[in-house]
Amino acid sequence: MSIKLNALFSDSYVDVSQYRDQHFKGNRYEQEKLLKQANTLYVGNLSFYTTEEQVYELFSKSGDVKRIIIGLDKVKKTACGFCFVEYYTRTDAENAMRFVNGTRLDDRIIRTDWDAGFKEGRQYGRGKSGGQVRDEYRQDYDPARGGYGKVVSRP
Amino acid sequence: MSRRRHSDGDDGGQSHKRRRTSEPVEIEDRLESLICRVGEKSTSSLESNLEGLAGVLEADLPNYKNKILRILCAVARLLPEKLTVYTTLVGLLNARNYNFGGEFVEAMIRQLKETLKANLYTEALYLVRFLCDLVNCHVIAAPSMVAMFENFVSVTQEEDVPQVRSDWFVYAVLSSLPWVGKELDEKKDVEMDRLLNQIDGYLKRRLKTHVPMLQVWTAEKPHPQEEYLDCLYAQIQKLKKDRWQERHILRPYIAFDSVLCEALQHNLPPFTPPAHMPDCQYPMPRVIFRMFDYTDAPEGPVMPGSHSVERFVIEDNLHNIIKSHWKERKSCAAQLLSYPGKNKIPLNYHIVEVIFGELFQLPCPPHIDVMYTTLLIELCKLQPGSLPQVLAQATEMMYVRLDTMNTICIDRLLNWFSHHLSNFQFRWSWDDWVDCLALDADKPKPKFVKEVLEKCMRLSYHQRIVDIVPPTFSGLVPADPIFFYKYQDEANSALPGYAVAIAVGNAIKNRASNEEILTVLKEVPNPNQEDDDDEGEGFNPLKIEVFLQTLLHLAAKSFSHSFSALAKFHEILKALTDCDEGKLHILRVVYEVWKNHPQMVSVLVDKLIRTQIVDCAAVANWLFSPSMAHEFTRFYVWEILHSTIRKMNKHVQKIQKELEEAKDKLERQQHKKKDSGDEEDMEKNSEDEDGQLEEQIERLQEKVESAQSEQKNLFLVIFQRFIMMLTEHLVRCETGSVDFSTPWYKNCIERLQQIFLMHHVTIQQYMGTLENLLFTAELDHHILAVYQQFCALQL
Repeated sequence: MSIKLNALFSDSYVDVSQYRDQHFKGNRYEQEKLLKQANTLYVGNLSFYTTEEQVYELFSKSGDVKRIIIGLDKVKKTACGFCFVEYYTRTDAENAMRFVNGTRLDDRIIRTDWDAGFKEGRQYGRGKSGGQVRDEYRQDYDPARGGYGKVVSRP
Repeated sequence: MSRRRHSDGDDGGQSHKRRRTSEPVEIEDRLESLICRVGEKSTSSLESNLEGLAGVLEADLPNYKNKILRILCAVARLLPEKLTVYTTLVGLLNARNYNFGGEFVEAMIRQLKETLKANLYTEALYLVRFLCDLVNCHVIAAPSMVAMFENFVSVTQEEDVPQVRSDWFVYAVLSSLPWVGKELDEKKDVEMDRLLNQIDGYLKRRLKTHVPMLQVWTAEKPHPQEEYLDCLYAQIQKLKKDRWQERHILRPYIAFDSVLCEALQHNLPPFTPPAHMPDCQYPMPRVIFRMFDYTDAPEGPVMPGSHSVERFVIEDNLHNIIKSHWKERKSCAAQLLSYPGKNKIPLNYHIVEVIFGELFQLPCPPHIDVMYTTLLIELCKLQPGSLPQVLAQATEMMYVRLDTMNTICIDRLLNWFSHHLSNFQFRWSWDDWVDCLALDADKPKPKFVKEVLEKCMRLSYHQRIVDIVPPTFSGLVPADPIFFYKYQDEANSALPGYAVAIAVGNAIKNRASNEEILTVLKEVPNPNQEDDDDEGEGFNPLKIEVFLQTLLHLAAKSFSHSFSALAKFHEILKALTDCDEGKLHILRVVYEVWKNHPQMVSVLVDKLIRTQIVDCAAVANWLFSPSMAHEFTRFYVWEILHSTIRKMNKHVQKIQKELEEAKDKLERQQHKKKDSGDEEDMEKNSEDEDGQLEEQIERLQEKVESAQSEQKNLFLVIFQRFIMMLTEHLVRCETGSVDFSTPWYKNCIERLQQIFLMHHVTIQQYMGTLENLLFTAELDHHILAVYQQFCALQL
């Protein structure tokens, strides 16, 4: 009676993605292990104006949120379009991956991914100009993310 | 899978050997995949796929019989929406291999017994239905099926058993009849008539006290919210009247009739329903949710009537699809929209009705609320030309009927609606709802709109909400969520404590130590000071106010700022709120400063509980206190209360788990001692270890008892408060000869229901106390009715 029919009941929204934090202190195996147990999610494609309150409200729909860390521009120390959401339980985080990932916050489709755990310093963008790397190189105009990418604005 | 990963790391020279040993696993996976996927979209017809698969399986029977048996039993149990596909498959296999058919039936009976023993009543239901459909496939002889039904129905004659037990057995019979009613009636009409008469008698004498508590709407019009067994019985009666003609169910076995009727049938062994045990947990009764009928779908196919068996089958299948695929919203939406036979029914309406039926189900939806929101969004994406209109129509209908909708369901509706709107730029035809503006603010419609706008604001910001509604709605727009600082400017300098507030603010900004701040606070006069309280150590509400107002004002910028502030000054806060009055007052101050920002109040209360500055009972007392009476019907108040109860429950569970783990550890250690060599040294060390563990277990035991006692006290406080408020209201109305049924009363009595429904698992433990202490016969019958309805759920 214990047969589970794995062929049919997939749960792909909860799968770990291909992304690996290049600054992670430890080997690939350790990182994957942490990702598979994590209660923390990385949230991307936020507007620079999205507030902690808005993130709380949305992500509370899948369970009690333990804390939110808004991602900051390393230079300006202002929000630069990403954050971490930590839950008390893995189940709540999984439900966020299933039902909040890919929906809208502040009119933007946001993306969530497993995170190995917040460490001091990870709240800062890693782009050369201080924001996120993606905003260094993008060519489009996004008023909610500082306008043009840095590579376009730079002379 | 893991075998393959290991071999990746091994030397490549062994590859041919590895391939041989992993073959069986591959074949078994392939069999599982073939069986699971039959019936899905394919270039060939279903019939030819089934024929082909039957051939493959027949060939594999010699080597993989057990695996095939297990897979087929599993799909019978887990994929009820594909029932007839698999019964046909089994029918074909039985025709080719009689013994296999017999073994399959035996395996199914074994599985049925196991699921019943394991309280898996829904799965057991699908197994019974599968066995019934095997009659149609000439695998099982009709008379033996009727005999099983007779044994099921005889459960209604048992004495001293919960009604929900006999309910299940009756439901198992009735819900299988759409599939097999015709065949059984043809072969054994006398017995079937007798069965249905017995069921009729049972349904007539059955108690239905539980129904009001489970209804989404209290009104009978336009669609009565029927008790689930009554509705199903009406559907079966109609089916019988129609001579068991059922045309909706897909029956692939009809195409194979010539092959199948050559097969030999098996008799079901006599099946005695397992006896009732105290730890049996039968399914709860339900009310059938209906919001649409044939008048609602303007064009296209007609919606089957509420008492048609088609309606039952469609709803059952759609529920099963959601049950199978809820974790994968895209697949779930696709599966729902590719429902076989969708061209003959207004599928979008059925889907929307089934989804809202689950969302509003009492006590709780089968799945997490947010799943339904995202599922509806996916459905809108897949059917952009039709589904959003049905959804808008449904929303409009539910708005019109808010007056009689259960408050708990209104909560879920407004949560869904605001979240949904936030994914569609908050576009809505608010002008259609202009009628709510003419009503009193406490009436359901304006209240609903106000709470929706407040929730929308939490997902955006104040100005956005002002912009999205017509100017006429400005009265319903939530307040700007700003902080109210009592000691804001010099105009307030006459207020007692003003000077200290300024001093404390400066001290905090200058990073003074806790001692320094406490010294500054000593200057605050105590309005409550008793004569013999020289030190001023007693409860000083003004001191709390001065400190907390100032602290929260400095930290008002964001949640994180406020949380840091609470953490940094935890010691001071603990010192100031050492007594119950202190805890109550801190909550009052939090409300005073943030009353325009209910979300902030919620998260601060949450933090205060988690950092043990206030306890759960304090929060309950505060919410029920006169100072919060004007907020009593606000949605956020109940969010806070239920969140508080949940925290209490999780806390108890956590410590119980720690206790269990410690006990297990001790047991394992003691086993190890027994098994190992018993050296003297080892004994001494392990004695110490044992001693430590035993001490830990004793401490945890105390912790558990203390937590459980706190939990029970919390519920008692809440129930007592409800009883007091409701009794007061009822007495006042009676004395004044006024109708007691005000919007406030409806809200309050349904909130009481909500406590029972949402926390029924925990409350079960207190039934004795509740009955003897609180819900006694002297209570007003309106209040007592809620308790009695809850008991009738026999949870």
